[in-house]
Amino acid sequence: MLTRALGRTPYYVVAAGLAVIFLFPLLWNAWASVDGQPGTAQETGYGLGNYRTLLDYDAGLWRYLGNSTIVSALTVALTLGVSLLGGYAFARFDFPGKNLLFLLTLAILMVPYATLLIPLYVLLGRLHLQNSLLGLSLVLAMFQLPFATFMMRISFEAVPRELEESALVDGCGTAGALRRVLLPAVRPGLITVGLFAFLAAWNDFIAPLILISDSEKAPLPLAVANLRQQSMGAVDYGATEAGVVVLAVPCLLLFLLLQRHYVRGFMSGALKG
Amino acid sequence: MQVKAPDRATTADRPVVRRPARRPRTAAPRMHSRTIQGLGYAAPTAVFVTVFFLLPLLLVGRMSLSDWPLLAGDRGGNAPENYTDVTDSPLFWPAVRFTLLYTGIVTVVLLGLALLLALLVQESRPGAGFFRTVYFLPGALGLASASLLFWGLYSPTTGPLSRLLERLGLVDDPVSFLGTPTSALLSTVFLVVWKFAGFYMLILLVGLQRIPHEVYEAARMDGASRGQIFRSITLPLLRPSLALSLLLCVTGSLLAFDQFFVLTKGGPDNSTVTVV
Repeated sequence: MLTRALGRTPYYVVAAGLAVIFLFPLLWNAWASVDGQPGTAQETGYGLGNYRTLLDYDAGLWRYLGNSTIVSALTVALTLGVSLLGGYAFARFDFPGKNLLFLLTLAILMVPYATLLIPLYVLLGRLHLQNSLLGLSLVLAMFQLPFATFMMRISFEAVPRELEESALVDGCGTAGALRRVLLPAVRPGLITVGLFAFLAAWNDFIAPLILISDSEKAPLPLAVANLRQQSMGAVDYGATEAGVVVLAVPCLLLFLLLQRHYVRGFMSGALKG
Repeated sequence: MQVKAPDRATTADRPVVRRPARRPRTAAPRMHSRTIQGLGYAAPTAVFVTVFFLLPLLLVGRMSLSDWPLLAGDRGGNAPENYTDVTDSPLFWPAVRFTLLYTGIVTVVLLGLALLLALLVQESRPGAGFFRTVYFLPGALGLASASLLFWGLYSPTTGPLSRLLERLGLVDDPVSFLGTPTSALLSTVFLVVWKFAGFYMLILLVGLQRIPHEVYEAARMDGASRGQIFRSITLPLLRPSLALSLLLCVTGSLLAFDQFFVLTKGGPDNSTVTVV
């Protein structure tokens, strides 16, 4: 018993040491956001002064949180809707141009992100979606499509054909079969895609940087990045740290909550290439 | 695509006839209706890809050949002036060199650490699940938030790293982690490795778990040492996963932008300007 425990010790020392390195920045940031520092709203002692700065910054924290929530929700909904139907089409139907369309969807991955944003800025202007949260969500959903479509196609392909065919024989249309039979079967895939889309949309920084010019409409990451250099070049570390906490908490919670599905979705095929 | 679909429907079977033929005996009409339905389900994807990807791609091709300031609109072609402008810019070649250097360092460090982490958490010891979660946790953060976080962490005045080193007596003055070109580069590498190691660990873990147990057992029976097993079984069988990670890592680093924009703003002295 003792020798076995000793044999494990190096493993735990290495693993725990690495865990400390990985956790330290997160924990430090959470602590620093409430700790007193000269030059911030929280001069001494512990307290929520930095969060108060954040609440009052420019259009106000609630505004930015609202913007981020709208953008994330729209992006997730668009991504799920399009990739659910698209994945179904690619996995179960034959139609002209199928392979070409699938390849084109994957090709989105191969073009540098920032390169596309400039023409998208011009294009959204023509569609009168410039500087709008809907336009931003459409763009973010487009960038999610390669992963989402790939993932959903694999999820649909993993469902036995007989399941769908028996529903069709029983008189369901393909839409009915999709809704009643296939939807529950591809849920892990949908959760993975949805979580991925949420994390990407919530955290995205470049797309709003280029597409959103009105600070009223900025989502949170952009607002926090702007905030750190507000008053005459003086840097407000405290408020930035508080901003990072506000940005990170929803992501960390969602990830911990959905981790099981997420990892399973990952393992079940997305990366079998 | 959408316009074409109804055409097919009317030539194959009239809408009136189609209703009773919903469950047809013959294969041919059924095939047609399935083709149409497939097109219908794929239509949103097609619209998205066309409007938000292909169109901008064509536009960027045209823009790259024209004099087109964003606010003033198209001013006509001027090829290849934009390209020579780019290559003539004093920032361009250092940016290329810097991007390549950064990519090389990140790829080596990141994949090495990810492999170590994957090997650590793949064993079914108590606590392995916990460590897996911890290593992946930074991955849930956005790159922008992570950059902001490290920006505070690296701060010479309020950041804890500098104070820690001072207290340990390793340095006399506050350390400026982003102050010199080399340290700015290394600090950014640390940030990126911290954020992405868990993600690549997951990819490699999937690969590791697909190696059958029997192979390891056979090797152990033959008296192979741990190092030998790792070199001649784990690494070769892990090649697909390693290749995928390598591809993602290299493309990801070549297109790096967020981390430098937030952390260093290209400084000091434009030393960390990347191509993108």
